[in-house]
Amino acid sequence: MAACSVEDVLAKAERDEAERLKSISVVKELELEFDVGNLLALDKNPVELRGRSQDREELLRALARDNVQLLVNEIWKLPAERTDDVLVVKLPEASTKLPREKPLPKVRPPTKWEQFAKLKGIQKKKKTNLVWDEVHKEWRRRWGYKRAKDDTKEWLIEVPETADPSEDQFAKRNKAKKERVAKNEFNRLRNIARASKTPVAGLGLAPRAQQSKSELAQAVSVARTSTASVGKFQDRLPKEKAPRHTGKKRKFQPLLGDFGNEKQKQLEMLKVMETKKPRLDVTKAVNKQLREDEEEEGRTRRKKGSGKKGDRGKRGAAGGKGKGAKGSKGGKGARSTKGKGRGPHMKQGKR
Amino acid sequence: MAHLDGVVKPKTKRSKRFLDHRAPKLLENSKNAMIMKGGNTSETVTQALKDIYSLKKPNVVLYKKKNIMRPFEDSTSLEFFSKKTDCSLFLFGSHNKKRPNNLVFGRMFDFHVLDMFEMGIEKFTALKNIKNEKCAEGTKPMLIFAGELFDVDNEYSRLRNVLTDFFRGPVVPAVRLAGLEHILHFTAADGKIFMRSYRVLLKKSGCRTPRIELEEIGPSFDFVLRRTHLASDDLYKTAHKQPKGLKPKKKKNISHDTFGTKFGRLHMQKQNLDKLQTRKMKGLRKRRGAVVVENGETTSPKKIKTQE
Repeated sequence: MAACSVEDVLAKAERDEAERLKSISVVKELELEFDVGNLLALDKNPVELRGRSQDREELLRALARDNVQLLVNEIWKLPAERTDDVLVVKLPEASTKLPREKPLPKVRPPTKWEQFAKLKGIQKKKKTNLVWDEVHKEWRRRWGYKRAKDDTKEWLIEVPETADPSEDQFAKRNKAKKERVAKNEFNRLRNIARASKTPVAGLGLAPRAQQSKSELAQAVSVARTSTASVGKFQDRLPKEKAPRHTGKKRKFQPLLGDFGNEKQKQLEMLKVMETKKPRLDVTKAVNKQLREDEEEEGRTRRKKGSGKKGDRGKRGAAGGKGKGAKGSKGGKGARSTKGKGRGPHMKQGKR
Repeated sequence: MAHLDGVVKPKTKRSKRFLDHRAPKLLENSKNAMIMKGGNTSETVTQALKDIYSLKKPNVVLYKKKNIMRPFEDSTSLEFFSKKTDCSLFLFGSHNKKRPNNLVFGRMFDFHVLDMFEMGIEKFTALKNIKNEKCAEGTKPMLIFAGELFDVDNEYSRLRNVLTDFFRGPVVPAVRLAGLEHILHFTAADGKIFMRSYRVLLKKSGCRTPRIELEEIGPSFDFVLRRTHLASDDLYKTAHKQPKGLKPKKKKNISHDTFGTKFGRLHMQKQNLDKLQTRKMKGLRKRRGAVVVENGETTSPKKIKTQE
């Protein structure tokens, strides 16, 4: 009797289990594709809808119920956490690839200073937000409205001995500040122009208030040569002088002429090609080497600085090595000026 | 103003925040949708637009006035509107003899039209016509697409992508299990697309996972696919370019302790507590005579305690 009852109990347990699972299990031909991150499911099974609208609604509802049951089963499989008496499920990443609404943000190219700092290994020093102001005996911000050491708010300026007694010192300070602001703005715009890689008009071509004679002359010459035939058929103004230094800059030898000279030149060329020694431009080589050394030093300085919390700070001027000017005589490419730390722009010059 | 990006700087912090919100970012904002009407609209179309507006609240803008434009011919007007309101999804409804009860679902990339799908409404039941208790606004819906067409056919799979984009709502890292109320069900059959919206009732089943019962709420549409405008392959690919795994910076001054409580940090200046502006209770105001007596009384018990 006991054995029978045990079997019965087991069978009953199985049936109960099946009953329970029956309520949430759904049979489908093809498995659904789930994207739980988006709470999305795709059912690829073919759908047939019968004619009458009432039946159709019922069919759609039954189909929807089955699909939702499957999706919910999937969601309930995820690990649940209890936060603030609420069961929350952490969703995985969405798998449907949806397009972005805007393109990726463009990386800003480094400014002139940033390039230089990278080369020299100069790091930004973190400064405190507030500075102690002795005059007002309180902590004030470093710059901006109501800053610590505000030059413009001084009511007394001592006239230095070397200055003209009738000069307005306050006006002089204001003017100096305006000039600094204008210079900063100019440099900012120049950085943007450089970054945008659009060719900006050269000196003299973008008209300013006062243009020098040379700038005007340059503007005129550029305007003259900006035609389809590069200014060849352009009439001169009544008092305009003939332009000097025009025509080709390179002079080639005539094709047929001095045979002896031609022979000499060709023999020389063959000799150069024959020798195994490479022709070395000492200046270029030395400059290149110097630059590499600087970069290496900059890198190590940055690494050390980042490790030691930037204690060292600036070193640019102290170790300043000038670079030999481009095109100086061979052999003199080594460090010419010390102590001033000429930046990279000095070396390259205008192109 | 794109080329004047860096040249013209915003003058106030508020305008700077506004521009940063709209600027291209690594991790994007949730997409906004704009709903607009064409030159002529029927009642079905206006009601349909209103219903979809309530489905998509709050990330949606509904334009009340009619705008005479043809999305499939000239999309400059659409692009202008999307730039103004920073919306990358749009829904345009119109009605004419040739295309009755027309809805155009579309999306943009970089404020240029990416995909557009024109669908005609054959049968429509409005929200107010189905008398049931509705879901709250802003619940993230579950989406289900049924029918092999959504997988096999190229246009239908792109349509599936657009509908997902349109209806999915904000992207969330976690979801409350009891809050899974809303389900949008799309079926592609008989050359039509049936869209139904149900409310989910979680019933007890024997085990942990509940049994689902559905209750129809919300608008129900029978769509017929008309014209489409799919993006070219390379434009589609550019739109899908993802950043190289750079994660956005964490917010500062937020910490969590072992119990899961979230703590925030506010930095304040020192306040003079004597001069704090609080509510004035007339009855609690100190009166001149009583002060001295009170002081004496309060100090004496202390003295007694220490002596003991």
